[in-house]
Amino acid sequence: MSIAPLQLKNLRKSYGALVVTDDVSLNIEAGELHAIIGPNGAGKTTLIHQISGLAKSDSGRIIFDGDDVSKLPMNARAKLGLVRSFQITSILPRFSALENVALAVQARSGSSFSFFGNAAAEPELNDIAMALLARFGLASRADVPAGQMSHGEKRQLEIAIALAAKPKLLLLDEPLAGTSHDESQRLINTLQELRRELPIVLIEHDMDAVFALADRVSVLVYGRIIASGTPQSIRDNPDVRAAYLGEEAL
Amino acid sequence: MTLTLALVQILNGLQFGLILFLIAAGLTLVFGVMDFINLAHGVQYMVGAYFVAAFTAMTGSFLYGLALALPAALGFGLLLEVLIFRHLYDRSHLDQVLATFGVIIFLNQAVKFVWGAAPLNVPIPDALSGTIEIADGMLYPVYRLVIIAVGLGVGLALYLVVNKTKLGMLVRAGASNAAMVSALGVNIRLLFTIVFGVGAMLAGFAGAMVAPILSVEPGMGDNVLILAFVVIVIGGIGSIRGAFIAALLIGLVDTLGRFFAPTLLKLLLDPSTASQTGRAIAPMLIYILMAAVLFFRPSGLFPSKH
Amino acid sequence: MAVNDLIDLNASPALGVPARARRVVILPLIIFVLFALVPLAGLWGSQGFVLSIVTRIMVLALAAMSLDLLIGYGAMISFGHAAFVGLGAYSVAILSSHGITDGFVHLGVALSVSFVFALITGAISLRTKGVYFIMITLAFGQMLYFLGTSLAAYGGDDGLTLASRSTLLGSKLLKNDVVLYYVVFGFLLGAYLLLRGIVASRFGRVLRGIRENPVRMEAIGFAPYRYQLTAYVIAGMIAAVAGCLLANQTEFVSPAYASWQRSGDLIFAIVLGGLGSLHGAIIGAAAFSLLADILSHYTEHWALLFGPILILVVLFARGGIGGLLGSKS
Repeated sequence: MSIAPLQLKNLRKSYGALVVTDDVSLNIEAGELHAIIGPNGAGKTTLIHQISGLAKSDSGRIIFDGDDVSKLPMNARAKLGLVRSFQITSILPRFSALENVALAVQARSGSSFSFFGNAAAEPELNDIAMALLARFGLASRADVPAGQMSHGEKRQLEIAIALAAKPKLLLLDEPLAGTSHDESQRLINTLQELRRELPIVLIEHDMDAVFALADRVSVLVYGRIIASGTPQSIRDNPDVRAAYLGEEAL
Repeated sequence: MTLTLALVQILNGLQFGLILFLIAAGLTLVFGVMDFINLAHGVQYMVGAYFVAAFTAMTGSFLYGLALALPAALGFGLLLEVLIFRHLYDRSHLDQVLATFGVIIFLNQAVKFVWGAAPLNVPIPDALSGTIEIADGMLYPVYRLVIIAVGLGVGLALYLVVNKTKLGMLVRAGASNAAMVSALGVNIRLLFTIVFGVGAMLAGFAGAMVAPILSVEPGMGDNVLILAFVVIVIGGIGSIRGAFIAALLIGLVDTLGRFFAPTLLKLLLDPSTASQTGRAIAPMLIYILMAAVLFFRPSGLFPSKH
Repeated sequence: MAVNDLIDLNASPALGVPARARRVVILPLIIFVLFALVPLAGLWGSQGFVLSIVTRIMVLALAAMSLDLLIGYGAMISFGHAAFVGLGAYSVAILSSHGITDGFVHLGVALSVSFVFALITGAISLRTKGVYFIMITLAFGQMLYFLGTSLAAYGGDDGLTLASRSTLLGSKLLKNDVVLYYVVFGFLLGAYLLLRGIVASRFGRVLRGIRENPVRMEAIGFAPYRYQLTAYVIAGMIAAVAGCLLANQTEFVSPAYASWQRSGDLIFAIVLGGLGSLHGAIIGAAAFSLLADILSHYTEHWALLFGPILILVVLFARGGIGGLLGSKS
């Protein structure tokens, strides 16, 4: 039995009197896609912020790949392979799609304290970036400034950027947010492929997607995990049903 | 002897700090509530001084002059707001910095154009022109004590308004989250205008108060503006309490530093080197203080944004 | 948009945006060819006058261009950049007043001093963000300004006149205005090529990325602080070189070189010329100097016109002159 690549131990976070993460402990196992669901305001995004290092935890520990990363800033965690995507699309709007991805490749290949040579013409960066774009069906859009792409394309690009940063584990914050039916179908297909390559923590509102993709599901309510288990066991859990009552039918 | 001299320096520092507070208070609120960086806040101080000089000369009385200068400074500030600043709220900080820099260039020249380049003098009103004995044989000008008293009074009033009234509550809420206040249905434009007007008037008031003890001249607002920046950066942008504490700190450190640095250095160096080095180091003290504060607390002592 | 032009240019040639790429090369080329030819204008008359104006423009352009690296490419709005010009100028003046007149020593000292000052003030300033950064750089700039005014031994408020220009390995070559002109020209061209290279390099791409979206850059593993600090130090050192040249041109230094008004002028110049294109900084510096010269020729109260022009440029001329030139072709 191998050690879980990501272990959360008693994470806490509060803003003033408002407790947003309340003693969360969770193991993400190798090879699993672990979905975290919960009603609005449950603290899902805050939890991703804490895991990725964008938000500081008040207490608790985060063990990634055997290292305690609790005190590391986001960029250091990303370097170790703990990479995230954002709920609100976060790209470099004036950079082309290719450069968005190539820059993430650059982050993990060689030093960026290099002051000469045209980075945009480095084949070892562009080739990998181009292959990733192709994988997400964006090859023909490589030269388009990312800010001018459609919403669905940006969501694809967002994941392509995250993958380019050589993740060992991927944190996806509502990758389907705001996408059309076709777009989300395409993204779900992509995620189906990705889950075979690396462990993924997925936050998602689209329950169909969650139950189609997840190996395990944890339910977060008011910052607390109230249930954790297979999709089927979560569906049948009375506490979960109670928490979601009036929100959406499971 | 040294003790009483130190007392005088402390009073001077206090007075300087309170004047800085009057200027910084408006600056920090305007910035906190509107996210608007206004370099032209310093010229508001200069304009206040010129107004009091002009009105005092016109009426023959400092009090009347002051009474006229205050609404004039307010009106002038609001005029600038309507003509220029209003169009900058939604712009980048770079645009705001540059456009308000243009306002400074214009107004510094405009006062020269209207009143000439030579400094103006405003006489201290007769009733306040004397000195009183604050310690054995130590005389201190009454007018400076008046500035201290008025500064403390305004500080207290501001504190009460900001912390105890509904308007103050909105201002504080605006400083920590302007979008939320706007979402609550508050007329944010009106709130902006009030905060801006009060800020402009306070700066003008500060200029008017110091006019009798300083010379009134073009560009007098520039250095004060930068000191006010130092104050609000140390105090934490948007925080009146922070501005008050930081202003007193800066006033005291600067005044005492200029006085004591050469003296203290004499313990280490020969007298002439000490006085030269001391005079070179003293003006840098407040910036070193600022750097030290920001090194440990990058958002100042009392950050109001979360 | 000048910025987009440059980014497109940097995209690999295979992607092909030849028309725009050519434009971005042509404009700087024209600028430098014009500068190179200016001394010839002296053949027809008042060479000294024209030379001194254009030398001054190029010095200003050098400082402005370094600031463009910070503001235009790094989104670091420094309002204390003139302090570095002051450091460079005082390096020349103070060393000269002690009899050390060699230009290479001046340059070496200016670079070292500005390196240290940029490293310390940058390390502190860059811990802060946004408007705090603007104010703290302004304050550090003023700190040096006041230091200058209190240096009684070196003229204090009044400044200090140089006994002569820097010597080069013992020769007084720089006394000749044309030689000085081409030295300044060389530095400007060198700095332009250097910065152009930096901006397109891996480092420059990270810097531009941080300008666009610092959180995204952190999320893929970059620590913005180190890159920004490096850029801050590079820009400071280039501005110090401009200070060395300025002292040599005017044969005079004063704390005013480091004042916040001069920092404001530099920002105005790059906004006027168009942010984030390097050659825009040169165009802006030229436009700024000529505007000031022309206005002051007509009235001593030229600032009454200059201030409003500045405000109007901010309010209405987005993208600056560079942007206008760019959108025409």
